[in-house]
Amino acid sequence: MRVRHAGVAHPVRTWLVLGFLLSVLGLLATRAVYLQIFNADYLQSQGKQRHSRVLKDNSHRGMILDRFGAPLAVSTPVDSVWAHPATLAENRKDWGRLGALLGLSARELRELLARHEGREFMYLRRHVPPELAEKVMALGIDGVALQREYRRYYPLGPVAGHALGFTNVDDQGQEGIELAYDDWLRAVPGQRRVLRDLHGNTVELVESMVLPVPGKDLQVSLDRRIQYLAYRELKAAVERHRARAGSAVVLDARSGEVLALVNEPDFNPNNRTNLKSQVFRNRAVTDVFEPGSTLKPFTIAAALESGQFNARSMIDTSGGALTVNGRTIHDTHAYAALTVAGVIEKSSNVGAAKIALALNKRDHYSLLRRAGFGSSTGIRLPGEVFGQLRSPESWVPIEQATIAFGYGISATPLQLARAYAMLANGGVSLPVTMLRQTGAPVGERVLTERTTREVRAMLELAVSAEGTGAGAQVPDYRVAGKTGTVRKLTSQGYSEDKYVAWFAGIAPASNPRLVMVVAVDEPRSGGYFGGQVAAPVFSRVMAGALRLLDIPADAPRGAPSRPVLLVKNVGSAHAEPAQ
Amino acid sequence: MTLQRLHLDKFLLYALLILAGVSLLLVYSSTGKSLGATAAHAMRLALGFGVLILMAQLRPETLERWSPWIYAAAMALALAVLALGVIGKGAQRWLSLGVLRFQPSELMKLALPMMLAWFFVRQGLPPRQWRLGVAVLILLVPVGLIAKQPDLGTAALVLAGGVTVLFLAGMSWRIIVFLAVALAAATPFAWHFLHDYQRNRILTLLDPQSDPLGRGYHTIQSMIAVGSGGFYGKGWLNSTQAHLEYLPESHTDFVFAVFAEEFGLIGSLLLLVVYALIVARGFWIAYLAQDSYTRLLAGSLSVSFFLHFFINIGMVTGILPVVGIPLPVMSYGGTSIVTLMAGFGVLMSIHTHRRIVEK
Repeated sequence: MRVRHAGVAHPVRTWLVLGFLLSVLGLLATRAVYLQIFNADYLQSQGKQRHSRVLKDNSHRGMILDRFGAPLAVSTPVDSVWAHPATLAENRKDWGRLGALLGLSARELRELLARHEGREFMYLRRHVPPELAEKVMALGIDGVALQREYRRYYPLGPVAGHALGFTNVDDQGQEGIELAYDDWLRAVPGQRRVLRDLHGNTVELVESMVLPVPGKDLQVSLDRRIQYLAYRELKAAVERHRARAGSAVVLDARSGEVLALVNEPDFNPNNRTNLKSQVFRNRAVTDVFEPGSTLKPFTIAAALESGQFNARSMIDTSGGALTVNGRTIHDTHAYAALTVAGVIEKSSNVGAAKIALALNKRDHYSLLRRAGFGSSTGIRLPGEVFGQLRSPESWVPIEQATIAFGYGISATPLQLARAYAMLANGGVSLPVTMLRQTGAPVGERVLTERTTREVRAMLELAVSAEGTGAGAQVPDYRVAGKTGTVRKLTSQGYSEDKYVAWFAGIAPASNPRLVMVVAVDEPRSGGYFGGQVAAPVFSRVMAGALRLLDIPADAPRGAPSRPVLLVKNVGSAHAEPAQ
Repeated sequence: MTLQRLHLDKFLLYALLILAGVSLLLVYSSTGKSLGATAAHAMRLALGFGVLILMAQLRPETLERWSPWIYAAAMALALAVLALGVIGKGAQRWLSLGVLRFQPSELMKLALPMMLAWFFVRQGLPPRQWRLGVAVLILLVPVGLIAKQPDLGTAALVLAGGVTVLFLAGMSWRIIVFLAVALAAATPFAWHFLHDYQRNRILTLLDPQSDPLGRGYHTIQSMIAVGSGGFYGKGWLNSTQAHLEYLPESHTDFVFAVFAEEFGLIGSLLLLVVYALIVARGFWIAYLAQDSYTRLLAGSLSVSFFLHFFINIGMVTGILPVVGIPLPVMSYGGTSIVTLMAGFGVLMSIHTHRRIVEK
């Protein structure tokens, strides 16, 4: 062996080289062990950080349907443009093209990026039209992608704006039913983990970590046809009388369901840009007024329930003026004396006050309270106020006297509607609801059936040709109702020229089905009395609603007019009038 | 047996075939399941094995005789490339021969050790005095030319191959120590001659996080890929770093990162073993070689091959700076596969053309 290596025998060097190679090999192996065993977790998480990303998986909000299933609010898919801030920050050269499409200047983009530094997500523009989304994606800019979102569309537009409310850009309920039932309607977004490539594009779905749950549909009590009628007529009245605002509510007397709820000024929930928050006020539940004469039926009901009065009892109305605690109450027209029914028909303040002063104030208060004044109607609409009804301990005689005709007490139009629904429903007060009811509602008896029948009969007189509410008559149907014309309370006391015109009514009077309250705030032209301003709205809406709901006419044309008969039979024929 | 008659070494051939097989799987995976790229790689491998078989047929004596001419040709080509680069005002490594693009520095990997071995054998061993000076010239001129292209990785490889010949030829320890000291002293000066990007690569190695999205990017991403493999790996075709384009050059220079991510520590160590066995076989061939020329050449080729994969894996695992050296046999593309296989052909030729005069 030695011979073969003669001349080039450098075994030491060969071994040195081999030793060097072996140690270097050992270095590589050690490095591999270090990276793949000891550092593996760290490096894996680094890798995941770079290529895996958790994205939000949106789903649609539940629909809002009217009582017959017609859609009132629907969610439509729409894309939002978002960016991965770090990636977009690097693609400075693309900013110009991107900004031109999205209407973002380089400065705005830079500020946006600065604000989202270190984040994984930032919106560039929410809810873009499909063509724009397509153009943006056609640019193929790294780190810019679309996010599927949903926007709300309201087919009725302004007609049901206040009742339905609206959602914000994040699909959260902000007003109305959208807010009240947000938990029910809201979708729960899911999460999915995706792999992203270097350019920020989603390459594949790794896992759906949380599946999105779409929101549940909600069937509300509104009847979109009646809602439209109410909207149209209220709007017309507010315009005709150049009023500041107005509200109208239609209730189903038997279930407490809200069939229509409108306010003026209105707004279109589909396009809310540049609107003052003032127009979003759902005045029917958020604004209180003194109910004025519309409260008289409850004074009369208290009187009848007390047993001290019946419909024929004569009240000395002292020639239209009464002084209590140094203050004088006046009637518009002076009468020496009126029956209890006549107090309603002629809307005598003095009569109502006299009756109230004869009553136990605790009983009087209790009736008003149980009729719903000073407490929630049960509707869950946001911003509801309960009005003022002070406890009877603090009542002084003048207060008890004015409450009798609706001053010194305040109520929302919806509260008044609920109280009238109690009269319509045979004395059982039902909670008011925006949701379609299927079962029989549980209510609280406030008045006897007999009392309500008598009060309704008097309210029919108020709508008769001789009454203050003649303008509320509906052809072919008997109507029971009461007007109210209230001086507005200002900081300087009761205003001389600012009024609220009320009408609250029930139809058909013989077999009550619908209740409607109309309030018009500060009518400035064409009269200001409830009978002039609010009653016609009631008449038109009711005429349409009764027919739409196929409710049988109880006073077909050609048949003798019932109210005339009733006047003659007051007190004796207060039973259900024969058809 | 047949393989012997074809002058092929069974051991080397099988090891290379294993590498070739694995490389096809890997190229398929790292190119995003591109059958076209895989086929192209297979074609190149086939070409390489063809060259290997041809080279194995050449008798070592013939090779020895041709050594100066091959060296001269390689020098001429390297100069030509440099000239073209000057004209083209930029880095130039390629010589376009119609359809085929040829990298002359690759040829030098073979030609330089052959020339040095040829020179030493003629001038007597161990090399002394002026002969050593000539040898150093023979070595440094082409290395300088290649470094000027600039192709630092290949220059380093060629230099290492030549130095191995010098070392194995028995250059005196005194000179070796002197050269080592001189080299160490020259390092700060060499720094000035480096291009900025070359300096950055070295600085980046020391602290890759200093610029994670820029200069440190390659190293960090490849380390992430290697580490993500863990012990067992993610399995074939499951490399995320490569498939999601986070890892640049994933099918060429950084293919080992994909391999390590998909096959884990087990795969990485097995691959190292295969490479080590090939090198060991090369040394065994050198050990059994019957004359100085073949022994020096076989030793040099083995060391070159070793450095080749060491530099590549070192770069991928973040212990060496990023230089453009592919992983032998495994990386997609380039002319290096042809020179590499030619080298193995030479090794086989050396081994199979021994005159059997044992005992």
